[in-house]
Amino acid sequence: MQAAIGKVRSRGSARSGAGTWKAQRFTAIANLLLVLWFVVNAIAMAGSAYAEWVAWFHSPLTAALMILLVLSTCYHARIGLQEVVEDYVHHEIGKVAILVGITLVAALLATAGVVSVLMIALGG
Amino acid sequence: MVEFALPKNSRIEAGKSHAVPDGASRTKTFRIFRYEPEDGKNPHIDTYTIDLDDCGPMVLDALIKIKAETDSTLTFRRSCREGICGSCSMNIDGHNTLACTKAIEDVAGDDVTVYPLPHMSVIKDLVVDFTQFWAQYESIEPWLKTYSTDPAKERLQSVNDREELDGLYECILCACCSTACPSYWWNSDRYLGPAVLLQAYRWIADSRDEATGERLDELEDPFKLYRCHTIMNCTNTCPKGLNPARAIGEIKKLVVERRI
Repeated sequence: MQAAIGKVRSRGSARSGAGTWKAQRFTAIANLLLVLWFVVNAIAMAGSAYAEWVAWFHSPLTAALMILLVLSTCYHARIGLQEVVEDYVHHEIGKVAILVGITLVAALLATAGVVSVLMIALGG
Repeated sequence: MVEFALPKNSRIEAGKSHAVPDGASRTKTFRIFRYEPEDGKNPHIDTYTIDLDDCGPMVLDALIKIKAETDSTLTFRRSCREGICGSCSMNIDGHNTLACTKAIEDVAGDDVTVYPLPHMSVIKDLVVDFTQFWAQYESIEPWLKTYSTDPAKERLQSVNDREELDGLYECILCACCSTACPSYWWNSDRYLGPAVLLQAYRWIADSRDEATGERLDELEDPFKLYRCHTIMNCTNTCPKGLNPARAIGEIKKLVVERRI
């Protein structure tokens, strides 16, 4: 029997959301540039031998940009999936469980990607 | 809540059909959503064919004619009949708009379909429950808030400052935009929706208002504000030609700018 204004005001404002909104746009721009850089280089190196790819990864610039690409993509994907879940999942416990799952998978993929790049870049 | 299928008691059934009037040469058929909360039946579509030569040009004229001459039980809100009160907002030909400013001849198909505003609780026929919508409007405190000493006469505003309110003050709160927004359909319990956010920006943009910071504090919330994904249905459907999506974008910009 709560009044409508009471329900709407509820627990008030979370005073957050701007950071996520900004990060989503920032990583979107980063992804655009990094994916473009990667695709241009991948096309240029099409047909190269394994050793040539490994040599490319030995460049500090390549390794750094690859790591940024992995991190930016995983972070952007996590935010995007979080938005989808917040839009459509209304079961509170289920929502929290899915959001934790998405964060863990994104963290795992990001870490695995960075370690992989480092192993190639620093490998003999 | 997300609902991919209508609940059983909301499935629309075929209704009554009212015949073409004798001697009419130019006719138009209206397929109108009907729901009577007290008869325990599902909603249904009643069909009315009217004589266009004996009717005003707008969809509201046709609804008033049907109510006056054919079926007095047809229930809808209306008041000013000139697009200024926002009472007759409904879904006509698949588009949220005002029945009083929508010309019958502008409806493309053979029939004119008339439904209540989407994803709102229907009270009866074309009348929906605005309780939550008005509470959301109240929650943004839509009045001038000041801290400076009251002037002797009035708070002045330059011509340029006044122009900042153009495209905002014209909003008549008909809710066409909010009820066209998928984010509002799924999360209207927490997302304020385009109409209320446009109204919130109307006070933020007002040079005389001194509570911008508090207003932004209240709006910065993952659900109240950030459910807007710039889908733009709001701007597309606004019968007054306003741009709620831009107003929401301006709020998001201000929230970020004050952090830099």
